[in-house]
Amino acid sequence: MIGLRRLAASIVREWQKLTALVWKDLLVEFRTKELVSSMLMFALIVVVIFAFTFETGSSATKEAAPGLLWVAFTFAGVLGLHRSMLHEVERGSLQGLLLAPLDRGLLFLAKAFGNIVFISLIEIPTFMLSIVFFNLDLSAGWDKIVIIFLLGTIGFAAVGTLFSAIAVNTRTREIMLPILLFPVQIPVILSAVNATAGALAGKTWADLSGWLKILGGFDLVFILICYVTFEYVVEE
Amino acid sequence: MSLAAREATPAVAIEVQGLIKSFGTFYALRGVSLRVHAGECLTIFGPNGAGKTTFLRILSALSRPTSGEISILGLSLKEKSSVIQRQLGVIGHQTFLYDDLTAAENLLFYARLYDVPSPRPRLEQLLAEVGLERRAHDRVRSFSRGMQQRLAIARAMLHDPGILFLDEPYTGLDQHAAMMLTNWLQKLRNERRTILLVTHDLSQGLAMADRVAVFLQGRIIWEESAARVAAENFHQTYFDLIARGGK
Repeated sequence: MIGLRRLAASIVREWQKLTALVWKDLLVEFRTKELVSSMLMFALIVVVIFAFTFETGSSATKEAAPGLLWVAFTFAGVLGLHRSMLHEVERGSLQGLLLAPLDRGLLFLAKAFGNIVFISLIEIPTFMLSIVFFNLDLSAGWDKIVIIFLLGTIGFAAVGTLFSAIAVNTRTREIMLPILLFPVQIPVILSAVNATAGALAGKTWADLSGWLKILGGFDLVFILICYVTFEYVVEE
Repeated sequence: MSLAAREATPAVAIEVQGLIKSFGTFYALRGVSLRVHAGECLTIFGPNGAGKTTFLRILSALSRPTSGEISILGLSLKEKSSVIQRQLGVIGHQTFLYDDLTAAENLLFYARLYDVPSPRPRLEQLLAEVGLERRAHDRVRSFSRGMQQRLAIARAMLHDPGILFLDEPYTGLDQHAAMMLTNWLQKLRNERRTILLVTHDLSQGLAMADRVAVFLQGRIIWEESAARVAAENFHQTYFDLIARGGK
């Protein structure tokens, strides 16, 4: 009984720390709008450039749209992932966090959660704009798109958070992050693009289940790996 | 940690045995052994690259040693790092603060990470002690370097640590801010907190110390009680030690 109470108290304490870390990231971004504004600008520019390249409503546009969307999301996401970790390192605040009696895996979860929120925030207007420019058909429902974007973003942000912590300590950090990140992200990007294309083509949940299982499995496995290895990455 | 609790802590607060830290073929620490007694202030001097900051980083559990044993408050740092971190306060030349949070928000954030009970009264008390109560709701970005360092002291003291590590705390401070820091450190010393101070400022460092140690090339080359060091000759003694390479 006492053991259970201790465990419950410990879980509550860890939860409070996690919420404090997330609150800090969200509040800083709410005030500066530095990450979201630069990511959003980049993603919108990508959509607008391709909108002028393709003929609106043509079959080529509809075929290319899922790929273009994920190019916009992932490249804009790299910008945000890099800046988010750089913020912590530049003023030494990462060291302040590492000095606290804090499970470093918790630090990973908080940073990854913040990154998921920021990337999701840019996905909404970018997708809205591409509906207009690419004349996308959403009659099959929003729910599939929401789930696909969420699973894809979780996988991308989780691995990206770990790799941004590695890249930020290298001399060529701006180049290093995409070089490290994209090869590992191939299963996520391929699954997300194919699942998005399927959802936009009106396919059913059963048709999409293969891609969704890959996305879900990747998310679970990599969140676990990143949670365990983050400690070693941030230490030196 | 209350004064009574501090008096009940083990006599030896920090014990280091044969500490080695290498980065590839470069050895930053080459077998450092040291004992710091509870309530003692040890000042560490040494030229750049002597291994002082690496030593403090390892003691703070920010970096792992290549080999060697470290025990703090009788606990092994390797096994009990998070228990030990609750008793450590670290003040460096970097403040570990967030520019876009206010002073109060910064302290509240760190109070939550350290499980400080009733954090708001505690942070109000500390802000008053460092003279920043009127600026509690201003963003740290608008603070001078001296004010930021005072807030960093409040941050380090939030959880009432029994042991303090200070790495070049005077860096970038004007005379007024440096004097405030000295007065604050004297107060902490009088409260019988164990202090490890790393500084290039020989006069300030000696004035604070119970004992001094000199690092060179990853080794302690000289260690002496501050009472036995003649302040007027210390500069010469120090420069001779460095010039002779500790021989």
